[in-house]
Amino acid sequence: MEKHTLAVLVENSPGVLTRVAGLFARRGFNIDSLAVGRTDRDDVSRMTIVVEGDKPLIEQVTKQLHKLIDVIKISNITDDEYVDRELVMLKVTADPGQRVEIMHIAGIFRARVVDLGSKTITFECTGTEGKINAFEESLRPYGIKELVRTGKIAMLRGSKYVALSLAQTREAENG
Amino acid sequence: MTVGEALLECLERENVEIVFGYPGGAVLPLYDALYHSTRIKHVLVRHEQGGAHAADGYARVSGKVGVCIGTSGPGATNLVTGIANAYMDSVPLVVITGQVPTIQIGTDAFQEVDITGITLPITKHNWLLKDPAKLPQVVKSAFHIASTGRPGPVLIDIPKDVAQARINFKYPSSVKLRGYKPTYKGHPSKISEIAKLTAKAKRPIICAGGGILASNASEELLKFAEAISAPVTNTFMGLAGFPGDHPLFLGMLGLHGTRYANLAITECDLLIALGARFDDRVVMNINSFAPGATVVHVDIDPAEIGKVIATNVPLVGDVKMILKELLPLLEKVDRSEWLERIKSLKAQYPLTYEGDSSLKPQFIIQQLSDCTRGDAIIVTDVGQHQMWVAQYYRFKKPRTLVSSGGLGCMGFGLPAAIGAAMAAPMGEKVILVSGDGSIQMTIQELATMMEQCLDVKIILFNNSALGMVRQLQEYYCQGRHMATHFQFHPDFEILARAYGIPAYTFRTQEDVVKGLPEVINSSGPAFVNCIVPPEENVLPMVPAGKGISETVECG
Ligand SMILES: Cc1cc2nc3c(=O)[nH]c(=O)nc-3n(C[C@H](O)[C@H](O)[C@H](O)COP(=O)(O)OP(=O)(O)OC[C@H]3O[C@@H](n4cnc5c(N)ncnc54)[C@H](O)[C@@H]3O)c2cc1C
Ligand SMILES: Cc1ncc(C[n+]2csc(CCOP(=O)(O)OP(=O)(O)O)c2C)c(N)n1
Repeated sequence: MEKHTLAVLVENSPGVLTRVAGLFARRGFNIDSLAVGRTDRDDVSRMTIVVEGDKPLIEQVTKQLHKLIDVIKISNITDDEYVDRELVMLKVTADPGQRVEIMHIAGIFRARVVDLGSKTITFECTGTEGKINAFEESLRPYGIKELVRTGKIAMLRGSKYVALSLAQTREAENG
Repeated sequence: MTVGEALLECLERENVEIVFGYPGGAVLPLYDALYHSTRIKHVLVRHEQGGAHAADGYARVSGKVGVCIGTSGPGATNLVTGIANAYMDSVPLVVITGQVPTIQIGTDAFQEVDITGITLPITKHNWLLKDPAKLPQVVKSAFHIASTGRPGPVLIDIPKDVAQARINFKYPSSVKLRGYKPTYKGHPSKISEIAKLTAKAKRPIICAGGGILASNASEELLKFAEAISAPVTNTFMGLAGFPGDHPLFLGMLGLHGTRYANLAITECDLLIALGARFDDRVVMNINSFAPGATVVHVDIDPAEIGKVIATNVPLVGDVKMILKELLPLLEKVDRSEWLERIKSLKAQYPLTYEGDSSLKPQFIIQQLSDCTRGDAIIVTDVGQHQMWVAQYYRFKKPRTLVSSGGLGCMGFGLPAAIGAAMAAPMGEKVILVSGDGSIQMTIQELATMMEQCLDVKIILFNNSALGMVRQLQEYYCQGRHMATHFQFHPDFEILARAYGIPAYTFRTQEDVVKGLPEVINSSGPAFVNCIVPPEENVLPMVPAGKGISETVECG
C-alpha cells in the first residue's frame, strides 16, 4: 500500500478538525499523520494529511473530504515534486560521559540543543520523516525520555503552489 | 429584532409554511416569536422523533425543505433518529435545536447535550450559533446546503441567550460557501459517450434510483427509456419514478426484487445507473452483479461513483439536466431480441404468492393498488409490509411513495404520513401501510393527526409478529423465533376509536374486497386493522452472500 500526501485547505472555523478527524474515523480510513495550522490568511487553515491506501481508497478519501462544507480545496501532491518536513523534540538521557558522543550524533543530523538538564539533553530536529526516524533510532540506545513529533507538512517545489483560487479568495468565510 | 424573531423572518423568506416541533426551556424565545408569527404554522407533535419524520414526509411529498424544532438535551436527542433517517435517504431538512446559554456550554448544564457533535456524521453540515449577527447568513446557508446538490439534513443549534440577543436584520441575497459548489451540468464528452454506448449495446438496462425523484426527472427518464427501448428497474428509493404499468418496467431489483429484474441485470451488457447508489441490498454479492456489463453511473455526488461498483463511464451531475442533454443525441435501435428475452423472463418468473382462502397481505396490496390506480400517496413503515408494497403496488407518478429505505426506521410511517398529508395536493389521498410492530413505535402521533384534522387512511398489517425479523429467523436461525411474536396486543380498533378515528377490522378477502374501496373513498381518517397470517414470507428473496440471480422463490 502506498502513502499519499494530501494538502487540504479548510475554513479556519471551530470544529473543522473534528469534522475531518471524525470522517476518517467513521469511514475507517487510517490517518498516518495529520498536521494543521493557519496559512497566510486568518480565515484559512492548511492540513497536511498522510493516508495509507490503494488508489480507490484514496479516491474515496478525497471525495468524502470534498463533501465537508468547510473543506475548500484538496491537492494530492504525492506524485508531484515537493519538499516535506517534520519537527521532532527529543529528550535523551545523557550522562556526562556520553555527552560528547550524543552531541556528535546530533551534529550529523543537524539537530539543535534546545535545553540541557543535569542528566538529559533536549534536541530539536527538522527533516523528512526518514531523517527523523533515523535520528530517533540513533539516540534510542542512550535512552529516550520523551519524544514529540509534529507530523509532516509539505509544499510543492518550484513555482507550483497549493492555494485558493481567485474566486475562493474573494468569498469570505462562511457564516 | 431578537434572533428568535429574525429566525422566523428568515424562514418566511425561505417560503417555509409549516414547522413541526416541540417546545422547551431552551427554545422559549423561538416559541415566543412563533406566537406572533402569522405566516408560519407550527404543528405540535407528540414526540420530537415524530417531528423530524413529519418534516421528512413533508419534504418528500412537496419537494421543499422540511423544518423541525426541538429543545436542548432530550428534545435534541429525540430528533436524532429522524435526522439519521433523512440523511440516509437524502431528504432536505433544516433542524433547529435550542441550546443552553453560551456561558453554560461545556459545563454539563441542565439539559445540555453536544448536539452538533452528535449529529456530525448524520448531517450535511451543522452550526452552533455563537454570534447572533451571523444568524441570517447561517439560515441562508442552511437552506441552500439542505436543498442543493445531493439533498440532506442540516442542523442549527441556537443557545438561549443568542436567541434572545438583538440584531439588525438583513437577509443576505446570496450564500458565501467557497467549499461547496455542487456540479449540475454533466460533461458533454461523457454525455455523447453514453449516447454511443446505448446505440452499440445489445442488452441495455436502466437502473433508476432515488436521484430521479430528487431531481424531478421522471418525465425525462420515461423519454430516455422509450427512446432507447431499454427496460427499467427501480431501486426501492426509485419506485414511483417510473410508471408501474409500463411494458418496459421490471419492478424493483435486489434482495426482494423481482426475479426478472435481477436476471435482466445479470444478463445485461450495458447498465445505466441513474441516481442510484448501489446499496448492499441492491448489489448483494458484488462479484456476480451485472458481470458482463459496461457500467455507466450518473450521480450528483462524486463520492457515490466508484464507491461500490467499478464504473466505465462516470458522470457527475444532475440527472435531469443530463438526460435533457442526452435525449437529442439518441438513436433508435432495434431491440426486439432483448425485449423478447425480457418478456419471456417476465412470463417465466412472475411475481407471485401462494394464494389460499386466508387473507394474504399481498392480496391486500393488490386490492389497494386496483382501488387507487396510483392516485394516492402511499406511506409505509418498515418490514414485510413495506416490501409487499414495493412488489405489488403499481405506482403511477413521482413522489407517491414515502418510505424509510436507507435507515429502515420502524416508526417512520405514521409521523411521515402526517407530514405527507400536510404537503399533499388538494384531493390527493394519503394512505399509510404499517405493521403492528412499527406503528407502536410512534403511535402517539395519532393525536397529532387528529389535532390537525388530517385525512390519513391507516392500513395495519396485523400479523402479531415482527414479521421481517421472524422471516430472518426462519432462514438464518433454523426457525428459532426469538422475541418476534407479540404475546399481547391492544385492541387496535378500540385504540383508534379512543383517538376518534373510525376503525374497522378485516379478517377475510371478502372484507377487503367490499370494505377497502369504501374506506379509501370515504373522507376523513380511518384505521383498518387487517388480521393477516403470521407465517407469510416476503419472496423472492436473495439469501445472504448469494448473487442477485440466485433467489429463493415462492413454492
Ligand atoms: C427491509 C428493507 C428491505 C430492502 N430491500 C431492498 C431491495 O430489495 N431492493 C432495493 O433496491 N432496496 C431495498 N431496500 C432499500 C435500500 O436499503 C436502499 O435504501 C435503496 O436501495 C437505496 O436506493 P438508491 O440507490 O436509489 O439510493 P438513494 O438513497 O435514494 O440515493 C439517491 C442517489 O441519487 C443521487 N442523487 C440525488 N439527487 C440527484 C440528482 N439531482 N441527480 C443525480 N443524482 C442524484 C444521490 O447522490 C444518491 O446517490 C430495502 C430497505 C429495507 C428497509
Ligand atoms: C427502530 C427499528 N428497530 C428494529 C428494527 C429491525 N426490524 C426490521 S423489520 C422489523 C419488524 C417489523 O415489524 P412490523 O412493523 O410488525 O412489520 P412486518 O414485518 O410484520 O410487516 C424489525 C424489528 C428496525 N428496522 N427499526
